[in-house]
Amino acid sequence: MTDLLQLLVFGIVFGSILTLGAIGVSLIFGILRFAHFAHGDMMTVGAYFALIFVAQIGWPIYLALPAAMIGAALLAILIDQSVYRRLRRTAPVILLISSFGMALLLRAAVQLIWGTDNQVYQPGINVPYVVFDIRIKPDHLVIVGASVILVFAFHLFLKMTRMGKAMRAMSDNVDLARVSGIDSERVVIWTWVIGGALAAAAGVLLALDTRLNPQLGWNVLLPVFAATIVGGIGRVYGAIAGGMFIGIATELSTAVILPAYKPAVAFTLMVLVLILRPRGLVRGMN
Amino acid sequence: MTAVLEVDDVRGGYGGADILNGTDLRLGEGEIVVIIGPNGAGKSTLMKAVFGLATIRSGSVSFFGRTITGMRADQVAKLGMSYVPQERNVFASLTVNENLEMGAYLRDDDFGPQIERIYELFPPLNERRRQQAGTLSGGERQMLAMGRALMLDPKLLLLDEPTAALSPRYAAETFERIREINALGITILMVEQNARQALEHADRGVVLVMGENRFEAPGPELLANREVAEMYLGG
Repeated sequence: MTDLLQLLVFGIVFGSILTLGAIGVSLIFGILRFAHFAHGDMMTVGAYFALIFVAQIGWPIYLALPAAMIGAALLAILIDQSVYRRLRRTAPVILLISSFGMALLLRAAVQLIWGTDNQVYQPGINVPYVVFDIRIKPDHLVIVGASVILVFAFHLFLKMTRMGKAMRAMSDNVDLARVSGIDSERVVIWTWVIGGALAAAAGVLLALDTRLNPQLGWNVLLPVFAATIVGGIGRVYGAIAGGMFIGIATELSTAVILPAYKPAVAFTLMVLVLILRPRGLVRGMN
Repeated sequence: MTAVLEVDDVRGGYGGADILNGTDLRLGEGEIVVIIGPNGAGKSTLMKAVFGLATIRSGSVSFFGRTITGMRADQVAKLGMSYVPQERNVFASLTVNENLEMGAYLRDDDFGPQIERIYELFPPLNERRRQQAGTLSGGERQMLAMGRALMLDPKLLLLDEPTAALSPRYAAETFERIREINALGITILMVEQNARQALEHADRGVVLVMGENRFEAPGPELLANREVAEMYLGG
C-alpha cells in the first residue's frame, strides 16, 4: 500500500509536468491544426534557458523559471514567424514534418551550446520529507505547486480575457472566428507565447526532477502526445486530465512491470482510450 | 443614391469551376432582399463571395460605393457588414454571453449596452447567458447567431438560410425578428429555401439559377409569377 502511495506521488509529479506540455500541444493543434513535434525539444531549450539564469547569474529557480518561460515564448514566436508561418497555407502534414526538423535543429543547438553531459541546477541532495513512510522531496512540492499555479493562471486567461476567449473561439470554429473579425494572426502569436512558455515550464520542472540533458524533452514527447490525445486533442481542459491520467498510470504500472516499459504503457493506454472513447476522455473545449 | 451593396457581373467560386456566372445584385438602403433558387444555384456562394470567403475571378462588389472585391472577411466585417452562415454559426463550446462578446471583438468601446439590446431583442437568450451555445435548441442557436452578427451594429446583415433547421413555428418567429432588425435601419440580404414565407416578408426577391439572376421583382410579384411559382416555389 505504501509502495502504491509512493508511486502515486511520483505519478502526480510526472503528471503535472506532462500536463504543462500537453496543454501546449493541444492548444497548438486546436488553433493551427498540426501536431507540434518540436514541443519536446522546446521543453529542453526552456530547461537550459533556466540553467543560464541559475548558473551564470545565480538566480533562484523561482526567478529563473519565469525568465526561461519568457525566453521560450520569444523563441517560439521567432520559429513560428520565420518557419511555420510560411508553411501555414500548405497541407498540415508539411507543417508536421517541418516541426520534426525543428525538433532536430533545437536539439543539435542545445548540444552545441551546452554539451551532451548531464547537468543539474543545484548540486546536492534534495532531502525528502517523510510522511507516513512516503517520501516527498521538496522539489516535488515545487513542481506540483508551480504546475497548479500555471494551469490555474492559464484557465483564468482562457475564461476572463478577450484574447483567451478569442483563442477558444478560433479553436472551436475558425471560419466563424474570421467572420466575427477575430485577427487570426494575433491569436496564433499568443498561441505560441503560451505553448512555448508552458513547454519551458514543463522542461524546467522535469529537469528539476531528473537532470538536464539534450534528450530531456524528446524523451517525454511520447507521453506528452499520449496525454494530449487521451484528453481529446485540441481540447485544452482535456489535456489536464490526460496529463494526470498518463502520469499516474505510467508510474503505478511500475509496481507490476519494469520501469523501462513506461513509454509503452503510455502508448497502450492511448490506444485503449482511442478504441473505447475515440474523442478522448473529456468532453470540453470542442 | 449609392446602393448599400452592389454586385456587378461577378464570376467565381471556390477555386475550381465557377459557380457564379455573372451575378448582379443591388441593394438599396433599408431593403430586405431574399435570394431564392434551386440547390446549387450559387446562393450561398454569392454571399460568401461578397463577404470575402469565396474567390471572385472577375466582376466587382462594392459596399456603400467602396470597392470591397476580394477583401478579407475580417476587413469586410470592420466596414459594417455582418454575416450569419447557415451551419456552424455559433461557437458551440463558448457560453451565450461569450458568443456575443466575440461578435463585438472588433469594438474597442464599451459594448455592454449593445449586449443588453440583443438580449431584449431575443429574450430566450437572456435566461441562458452562462449556458454553452452547443446546448441551445435550433431556434435559440439561430437567435444567438443573429445576435452575434448584430454586435458590431452592422449596416448590412447577410443571412444564409436562417430558417433552414427550424420548425414552422420558429421559422415564422425568425422572420418576425428579421423584420424587427430591419426596422432598426439594417439592410438585409438573405438566402432562403423557405421561399414563399421569405418572399412575404421581403421587399424584393431575386431568383438565382446556375449562378445567374433569372428573375428579379418585388416579393408579392414573384409569388404571383406563375413560372417562378412552378419552377422555384414548389408549385
